[in-house]
Amino acid sequence: MTIDVPTTGRSLPQLQPISFIGPDGQPTDTPTEGLRIPSDATLIGLYRQMVLVRRFEAQVTHLTRQGRLATYPSAAGQEAAEVGATTALAPNDWLFPTYRDSAALLTRGVPVAELLAAFRGDWHCGFDPHEYHTSPAATPLATQTLHATGFAMAAKLKGEDAATLTFLGDGASSEGDTHEAFNFASVWQTPTVFVLQNNQYAISTPLREQTNATMLADRAAGYGMPGLRVDGNDVAAVFAAVSAALERGRNGDGPTLIECLTYRMESHTNSDDPTKYRESEEVEHWKQFDPIDRLEKYLRSTGALNDAGVADVAEAAEALAETVRDAMNTEAEIDPRELFAHVYSRPRTALAEQQQLLEAELAGTELAAAGQA
Amino acid sequence: MSVEAGTTPTTDPNAVDVESGTATSANEDAAVPEARPTSVTMTKALNQALRDCLADDDTVLVFGEDVGRLGGVFRVTEGLRAEFGATRVWDSPLAESGIIGTAIGMAMNGMRPVVEMQFDAYAYPAFEQIVSHVAKMRNRTKGRVSLPITIRIPYAGDIGGVEHHSDSSEAYWTSTPGLTVVTPSNPADAYSLLRESIASDDPVVFMEPKSRYWMKETLTLPVTTAPMDRAQVIREGTDATLLAYGPTVRTALDSAEAGAEHGLSIEVIDLRTLSPFDDETVSASVRKTSRAAIIHEAAQFGGYGAEVAARLTERNFTYLSAPILRITGFDVPYPSPKLEEFYLPTVERVLDSLESWDWEL
Repeated sequence: MTIDVPTTGRSLPQLQPISFIGPDGQPTDTPTEGLRIPSDATLIGLYRQMVLVRRFEAQVTHLTRQGRLATYPSAAGQEAAEVGATTALAPNDWLFPTYRDSAALLTRGVPVAELLAAFRGDWHCGFDPHEYHTSPAATPLATQTLHATGFAMAAKLKGEDAATLTFLGDGASSEGDTHEAFNFASVWQTPTVFVLQNNQYAISTPLREQTNATMLADRAAGYGMPGLRVDGNDVAAVFAAVSAALERGRNGDGPTLIECLTYRMESHTNSDDPTKYRESEEVEHWKQFDPIDRLEKYLRSTGALNDAGVADVAEAAEALAETVRDAMNTEAEIDPRELFAHVYSRPRTALAEQQQLLEAELAGTELAAAGQA
Repeated sequence: MSVEAGTTPTTDPNAVDVESGTATSANEDAAVPEARPTSVTMTKALNQALRDCLADDDTVLVFGEDVGRLGGVFRVTEGLRAEFGATRVWDSPLAESGIIGTAIGMAMNGMRPVVEMQFDAYAYPAFEQIVSHVAKMRNRTKGRVSLPITIRIPYAGDIGGVEHHSDSSEAYWTSTPGLTVVTPSNPADAYSLLRESIASDDPVVFMEPKSRYWMKETLTLPVTTAPMDRAQVIREGTDATLLAYGPTVRTALDSAEAGAEHGLSIEVIDLRTLSPFDDETVSASVRKTSRAAIIHEAAQFGGYGAEVAARLTERNFTYLSAPILRITGFDVPYPSPKLEEFYLPTVERVLDSLESWDWEL
């Protein structure tokens, strides 16, 4: 007598990452799992957005060093994963980002000032999530993966034509919530795409001390969902893989895990020193895989991009940098009374009393200032 | 309306009408069966509240561990899956953080999830999702995203539960801004407060006292009791005020009864909602009696009683004749079933504590 064992639907991702365009800007000969390379028009748009967000990251990092922002986690080097995945979203889909996904928020259309409010210390979330179909960026690791799963479950229950995409990192892959989200999403067959940006470091801890697994994408098999390993610095591959996974979700076929192999070129935030935990040779090595360089070479080789096109995009990037500078040089209006305004939907007596205390303190300050004048 | 098991009478216009034989005016339609007062356990009252909310609002969802086929380990969700289907009431994977985390996403997408944590200490894996996200989402988004989530937590002891099945975790939740924390002590409040919690646009931690699940009350559902942010004086007195909630309301009423035999007139207040705290009702009572004690099962140090004592002292110092007392569990982990009786605050411990006051006025 044997136990009846189901044998269908089990497969592991290929070790060689899916890629269309190699580091030299030439088409690769790696397997593409039936995915199609995006059109030149789409690639031009992705190129433009990657250049914009790189300039954005550089400008914000610079302003952080000047003390204009309290802290900033740059995703420089990860533009392909950020832009490729986010661009694949339909307007009605929802994005569930982490603190390192400002490039994704920018791609989603969140205005610069609203996007940077959190890092400048104005308010935790400066934009309206419903307006941009984008959740507030999560700081606790992996928690947002469950929010994305729940949101997608509600969409499924309501019969909405919407999927969710959530980013997580290699460090977050060790958190319990990641496991729970993969499991819930697969059991409930929610239209959720988990984009795992494996950028090789969780602050200072390298991947080899984060996991003993060969790759993170093959975890999907244990949850009964497809896993894909993608060259995360090839925006064509990321866009194609995420587009297919979103489509799969919308068709009712459940979630997908996509591991994007990439590299964080900057420090974790402006407060850590990456030379303490990685060699400069390693950083130089990864520069050869730069996502923007390779796409530019490819598009020049197909004739879709020329010097004028590159200059045009560079000009737009400088304009964006100026917008960032202007936004951060404009002091946001801070109303201390707002401390109490959004905690509950209904008024609370205790908060009203504390607000009165603050009002008195504010009045006292103003009176003192007037007295001195 | 008659009340069993020593509960306090609760405002229930329908039941009163039926008892007095007055026609229930608007409900004279012959097609509607006349509601009659029946004996209702707290479990049944909670079950009916969930049923009525599910029927009234398509966005209400009930999920959690074993709440579907089994109807919950305490049968609070019994029959709901059969009645409303597995897309409204279903069993989730066994993962509390996952339950709360997905409820957040559902609420962001227009749903009103009602989730169960099965047992008090089982909520701890979900602590991060509750305090870092459920409590803060409205504030961090300047009110643009509200999370109308009701988190049901069967809590407290006195049912012979094994380790991790008898905790009182209210201090964790009440010290978290953004949460509303509710705990009924009787079936009528259980029904009314749960319906109000589910209707609330703010997240509510709804703590169900396990030892009171089987308490019966004769009432007619639906019932609307006092609003959830109001405490209630459930026994009048002039010498001292006992403050209690959930499982210890019974202890307080029994203590007042026992105190009366010694000539003491003890007022009892059922707090009903722990956050927000009803300073007004409680302070009015303390100003009248000049003495107060709070009873809870949770350990004393840093507990909810400390907050109550501090608030009452700050507001009513000149009216007080004696220090405000805390009669609580000891500062030890919740004990094994055979030691419970030595841990839990009893009528004897309450009366002994009251004796520590100087009664010479």
